[in-house]
Amino acid sequence: MMDDMDLSLHHKMEEKDERNQLDQTAQDVLSKPLDRPEGPLKVTGRATYADEEHPEGTAHGVFVRSTVAHGWVTGMNTAALRKMPGVLAVVRDAKMLRNPAQGTAGEAPVQNPNEIFYVGQPIALVVAETLEQARHAALAARPKYEAKDGEFEVPLEDYETPPKKQSSEGDLDSAMGQAAHSVDSIYTTPAMGHAMMEPHAAVAQWDGGKLTIRASCQMLKYNVAELADSLGVKAKNVRILSPYVGGGFGGKLGISHEAVAAALAARKLKRPVSVALHRRNVFEATTRRSETRQRLRLCCDDQGHLTGFGHEAWVSSLHGESFSEPVTQASSFTYAGDNRVIGHHIARLNITCAGSMRAPGEAVGVPIVECAMDELAEKAGIDPVDFRLRNIPEKDPSTGKPYSSNRLADCLTEGAKAFGWEKRGEVAHQREGEWLIGLGVASAVRVNMLMNSEATITLDPDGHAVVETDMTDIGTGSYAILTQLAAEMLGLPMDRVKTVLGDSDLPPSSGSGGSFGAASAGSSVMLAARALREKIAERLGVEEKDVTLKDGNAISGNKVTPLTEILAGERLKAKGEIEPGATGDDVRQATWGAQFAEVAVSAITGEVRVRRLDATFACGRILNPKTARSQCIGGMVFGLGSALTEELSYDLRNGRLMTRDLADYHIPSNLDVPPMNVTFLEDRDPYANPMQAKGIGELACCGTAGAILNAIHNATGIRVRDFPATPDKVIEAIEAAQGQG
Amino acid sequence: MAQHQITLTINGTERSLALDDPRVTLLDALRQHLDMTGTKKGCDHGQCGACTVMANGRRINSCLSLAVMHDGDTITTVEGLGEPENLSPLQAAFLHHDGFQCGYCTPGQLVSATAMIEEIKQNWPSVVSGDLEKVSLSDDEIRERMSGNLCRCAAYANIVDAIREAAKAEGVA
Repeated sequence: MMDDMDLSLHHKMEEKDERNQLDQTAQDVLSKPLDRPEGPLKVTGRATYADEEHPEGTAHGVFVRSTVAHGWVTGMNTAALRKMPGVLAVVRDAKMLRNPAQGTAGEAPVQNPNEIFYVGQPIALVVAETLEQARHAALAARPKYEAKDGEFEVPLEDYETPPKKQSSEGDLDSAMGQAAHSVDSIYTTPAMGHAMMEPHAAVAQWDGGKLTIRASCQMLKYNVAELADSLGVKAKNVRILSPYVGGGFGGKLGISHEAVAAALAARKLKRPVSVALHRRNVFEATTRRSETRQRLRLCCDDQGHLTGFGHEAWVSSLHGESFSEPVTQASSFTYAGDNRVIGHHIARLNITCAGSMRAPGEAVGVPIVECAMDELAEKAGIDPVDFRLRNIPEKDPSTGKPYSSNRLADCLTEGAKAFGWEKRGEVAHQREGEWLIGLGVASAVRVNMLMNSEATITLDPDGHAVVETDMTDIGTGSYAILTQLAAEMLGLPMDRVKTVLGDSDLPPSSGSGGSFGAASAGSSVMLAARALREKIAERLGVEEKDVTLKDGNAISGNKVTPLTEILAGERLKAKGEIEPGATGDDVRQATWGAQFAEVAVSAITGEVRVRRLDATFACGRILNPKTARSQCIGGMVFGLGSALTEELSYDLRNGRLMTRDLADYHIPSNLDVPPMNVTFLEDRDPYANPMQAKGIGELACCGTAGAILNAIHNATGIRVRDFPATPDKVIEAIEAAQGQG
Repeated sequence: MAQHQITLTINGTERSLALDDPRVTLLDALRQHLDMTGTKKGCDHGQCGACTVMANGRRINSCLSLAVMHDGDTITTVEGLGEPENLSPLQAAFLHHDGFQCGYCTPGQLVSATAMIEEIKQNWPSVVSGDLEKVSLSDDEIRERMSGNLCRCAAYANIVDAIREAAKAEGVA
């Protein structure tokens, strides 16, 4: 038996990779619409999520939440709670978190729950024998507070303006003054919630000084470090298991309250403790997408060429948090214009901590840019698709760097054709009874990233392979694409490859976030497989590129050798490791799309019904068209929710979240969702990674809301600049326009 | 607290349960007391549908129902629809049409859809039914009747495809 880890391949993306190895492999399982390998477990209820494997003797914890927005906890009726039936402990520990860690933090977030920063902040954990007893006692808690005034909204002059987050080129003011056409509009978008279906949960168990915790986490490598730092233990003594994650969308990037509190309580009680957040805890106390105020200043000449592009954003978060919604992230490189302004302003408010949510930045920035582009196209009298096509730069207009690949024009052109854009009529032109019909377009754009990621593949003597990495599958299809990749590279049928994920003892991956998971974890699997291929080729006495692997055989020259013969009773294990390099800095990497919507707007109630959503995307090699399409339709519906229904509403008198459950925070339901078409353009981005694959899941939610709002304008002639376009706002604008008319 | 002895027939098997707390919901009885975690807790408020089970053939939110109210009832959960190696036609259709992503709402969607197809067979009309005498399985009927089951991954379009295919194979149109 050989040493377990004699093979490894590390690759840093320092230059473009045009080998396109995945176009030359022969197994023909990659880029095929295969079913998810873990699917049978999910559709039978056998896939186990965080709160579903309770060791013998597990106790239950429920949080006591702050009812004030700012101040200090000065006491609590702990003794009385301790006497309630079944209560084992009331944990008030300075190691508990104020708020979850931000994505990729890798260290403890702000701790000590005694200092209160928002309503709903967990301030104690009541642990009891049963869930019912813990819940009863937590609700009976009567904390004493030294309350201070909270800040729930602040005047614009009180926003921070970090110098590093401002930029300008040329003179936008004079460009606006001299332009043939210009737009200067203020838009607002509300705070939003991830609303993943599985609430955050953790089951903690100590074995001596070692902690094992089942939790719902997206990025285990970072989460282990965050949890260990929060608890004051060594990272090597912490193991996190997240084999199945019931959705994340960024809401489970960093370690959260329940994991830390469950670990503290389990250590104190010397027995396993489960803490599953109630849905209202999830909304109040995990993270949210920041509300935004955005000012768009766009101007163009009489030919519709942009001469100025200004995008300033006002967002909020808690005191001391480094993350703030990067609203203008894509604004620096999407459209032309010599005179540019980017602005970023941050308010410190006493409401739920802001954090990353699906496409942080672009998800709220791009729709607003796209609405403003629609306004300017109309003023210039140019078709909105044509107007966009006229303003796609040759290179990144802010930095002068080339694009790794820019397929926006192809997406717009192909997408318009597929959607039937030529049928779009004049504004407020088409009516069916009470319904006003309109079509809208928006570009979609999202930065593309690569992260450090490692994986191993073990090839057993009988020709079966096991892929292992701490990568997670949060519904994105990691199990499917990593299995397909290994099978493709090693020439094995799918049923001879098994993928094990979601265990922090496995090689550290990128984790799931920022749409970099498939590219990063996938590349590491590809590299591990390449290392195995090299070994196989070496044994055959040929170069790796000259060997074809298919159906468990190696083919070189005209000789077919079974893998089992080459392995000769030995087991091979290889590690692959991808590292981002110069291709992340030398060129502008992004994914591109064009999205189209058809809406019907009731002229009587202001209700908006989306009739059709179409999208054309260019996002590199598609590893599995079935799961990729699912990511896209899911993203488009995510965008639909942000356009029409979703809003975290805070009571500005006391900071209380009024829409803290799924009855009041309206994510789209089945009947809200229209037929959808998704088209992927054949795309290879050599700068991205050795697979030439890119992110998908976030791109799809970046253009939808813009297309819908622009379609509402086409239907009615009104512009809703305060998202979401709920019936009250739509009908008010329609009536106001009729009054003016 | 007094003991509450109840008997449930779950997926064809009789299960006796001694509950010392009447506040245990049917959902928590399944998940915490019977180790049947296929049924999911998404909101605990009857808002998301992840906890959908059938009680005496009718779909309900098990989080909104106390276990002690179900003494003697017949309960069907996702575990009773099929097994990984022997999927029900609807489960197979969900798999093939990718009618799920993270999979957390999926058990509720499947139980709900299974019961919903029976409702169509029994000619129960809904708000979108054009003809109250003869209810047909249009896509809008599926969407309306499945709107009590939220899916944040938004596999809705694929869920509709899966249900349509499975229902048609069963002769429901």
